[in-house]
Amino acid sequence: MDVLIFLIPIAIGLGLAGLVGFLWSLKTGQYEDLEGAKWRILDDDDLPAPGEPSDRLSS
Amino acid sequence: MTVHQRDWDAFMTRAEDGSVHMDLAVDGITCAACMGDIERGLARLPGMRKARVNLTSHRLAVDWDDAETPPEDILAALNRLGYTAHPFDPARARQQKDETGKRLLRALAVAGFSGMNIMLLSVSVWSGNATDITDETRDFFHWLSALIALPTVAYSGMPFFRSAWTAIRARRLNMDVPIAIGVSLAVALSLVQTIQHQHHAYFESAVMLLFFLLVGRYLDHNMRGRTQSFAENMAALRAEVAGRIAPDGSVRETPLSRIQPGDLVLVAAGERIPVDGVVEFGTSELDQSLITGETRLVPVGVGETVYAGTLNGSGSLTLKVTAASSGTFLDDVNRLLETAAQGRSAYVRIADRAAQLYAPVVHAASALTFLFWLVWGIGWQPSLVISISVLIITCPCALGLAVPAVQVVASGQLFRAGVLLNSGDAIERLAAADTIVFDKTGTLTRAEPELAEPELLSDELVRLGARLALSSRHPLAIALARAAGVREPFAATTETAGQGVETLWNGKTLRLGSPAFCGADGQEVASILSRWPGASLIAVALDGEPVRLLALHQGLRSDAREVLDHLARQGYRLEILSGDRKGAVEEIASVLPVSRWAAELTPADKIARLEALKAEGANVLMVGDGLNDAPALAAAHVSLSPVTAVHLSQAAADAVFLGERLRPVAEALALSRRARRAMEQNLWISVIYNAIAVPIAVAGFVTPLLAALAMSGSSLIVTANALRLRLGGPAIDTDPAKAGDRAASPLPPISQSA
Repeated sequence: MDVLIFLIPIAIGLGLAGLVGFLWSLKTGQYEDLEGAKWRILDDDDLPAPGEPSDRLSS
Repeated sequence: MTVHQRDWDAFMTRAEDGSVHMDLAVDGITCAACMGDIERGLARLPGMRKARVNLTSHRLAVDWDDAETPPEDILAALNRLGYTAHPFDPARARQQKDETGKRLLRALAVAGFSGMNIMLLSVSVWSGNATDITDETRDFFHWLSALIALPTVAYSGMPFFRSAWTAIRARRLNMDVPIAIGVSLAVALSLVQTIQHQHHAYFESAVMLLFFLLVGRYLDHNMRGRTQSFAENMAALRAEVAGRIAPDGSVRETPLSRIQPGDLVLVAAGERIPVDGVVEFGTSELDQSLITGETRLVPVGVGETVYAGTLNGSGSLTLKVTAASSGTFLDDVNRLLETAAQGRSAYVRIADRAAQLYAPVVHAASALTFLFWLVWGIGWQPSLVISISVLIITCPCALGLAVPAVQVVASGQLFRAGVLLNSGDAIERLAAADTIVFDKTGTLTRAEPELAEPELLSDELVRLGARLALSSRHPLAIALARAAGVREPFAATTETAGQGVETLWNGKTLRLGSPAFCGADGQEVASILSRWPGASLIAVALDGEPVRLLALHQGLRSDAREVLDHLARQGYRLEILSGDRKGAVEEIASVLPVSRWAAELTPADKIARLEALKAEGANVLMVGDGLNDAPALAAAHVSLSPVTAVHLSQAAADAVFLGERLRPVAEALALSRRARRAMEQNLWISVIYNAIAVPIAVAGFVTPLLAALAMSGSSLIVTANALRLRLGGPAIDTDPAKAGDRAASPLPPISQSA
């Protein structure tokens, strides 16, 4: 049962990491617009339009 | 408000790095594409740092450098993109940060984290107990659980402990009292058992209980926050601002929270008066229908007192702002409002009533269990363990979720039906209503006047009059112009304040205004007034032609008759109490299935009638919008007010309904009856659960595993029963943002689901 000495701290540590991650996301306001976020991933505005010359692609 | 500028400083908050921040409510955001449009469109403005649309709340937050782009340009840019936006008054916006919601969510996260970890350890102990776990390992696991559970209960249990403590100090019992007692005892007992190397500990029960209850509480809070933020948006879109006249004579649009008594405020013709005040300059006619229910226009002059919410008719007025409580009428209303609201607070929520029954019974059962086992002779400590296990198994997990779960689902359904709740227990009280009292003006009728005889619009002279009406801001003229649908105003017109407008047409004088201004025959006026008793008259005159007289009255909401018929069929007793003249009320009452109506009532009269109804044992739902209705709204068992109502009435009402139709009233009643039934079912489910679980606990057979299973099982059943409300609900288009233009969209007839 010596393996518990590793397993239990790892289990609790992973849980804690999740908790801290959640609290961080809450603090940085990621729960303020649940509707908008799902649409923003579809927004490809940061890519150049097809056919348009771009520095990033032509270099 | 086009004539004057906004006092922008009042709407912006300045950051340290020199940029400014502004929150705007944006009208017209319908889809995700709008979000990109707005953000991209604004990013092109010079000095723009961040523009972010919140698609949930339909708000826009902008940070920019106002030295490079004046704030007007942002609104202009939004306008070009096709959106109207109104800045939030920061004094109001600050309350929207929603600290309570975040605290609940943090408590929920902590409870969830430790619940999972403790469950991990507990399942190991349970399976170990069945096989060959060593005593050392079990103790180690119990101590670890204690280490996680104690801080969690202290942190996540805070909302419950605090609420229980407030209740006890006020010598009341609410649901949080048994929750707090149960959780603390469970943790304390487990700690003692851990110290004594016992086989069972209840840490996971305590933490899971908190987790389930926090889920319910957070959902409840979230739902309420959503309706609230929607209501705030509408308040901003209605622009709660006043045109303040600065000492240098310039006029700036300023949020109401910045207006002080003694300030001078300019109100142009056709605007709603934003504050209570005394007229300093100017004469005009006021439409006081929101204040008194009276539909006739009232002339005002220098030195007279005017009230917020009235509509300025013909001339522009300069007002000196008075302190809120100095108006005699408002004084009356406020005093009545206070006493009426006190009467209301005597209502005890169904959940608290259940707690008052439940807590003594459970605590007595636990005490009796202890005495029984003590007398039986198994020693005081095992007896105590069994009696505390009774408290743990009865700890009102299902009971605590029974009512909030239904409230969350029901308020979501109401939100879709266009009803925004102000208070959580409004659903229970709506369900109990058996008598409905309507105000007339603005509630049964539309807020704006309309032509009594629309066929007159085919007359050539009337159409000319309607074109002339485009030059006036008078409410009757605006109504005429809109009804005629004319678009070409006359070039040169002169307006005589309080009388009418005139112009030259083909060399003849064309006049639109009061019958006297147009030289109408007194007999003719009397005859048309006898035909339309509640109407206001407007006249059109052209040299050499007979004067045309047009009656304008408040038209019924488009579905008023349909909805009232439906409610009457459902067995509700319907009444109209109005502050308007007798003739006007009689005209409306004659076409509706109302059992009783009264006119020319003061706010005190309305309350007196409500008291009389209450004395007869009726539970009254009051539906009203005017300032004169506000005390009655607070006094009634439950109250609704349309979104066009004055601020005070909206605050006094339990819920606000959106749109031009009356239909949300009927749906609110039907839905709340179903919700009430679901609450009662849920309470019965909890009772049955306890009836099964308590004997097992009293007999001393409860293990932590059994407690955990019972708790999750009963919570799930109760939540599932609440979710049933979503099935078979009234079919209504679901986007609440579209509620405003529902009038245009065809809707299926009122559902018969109640």
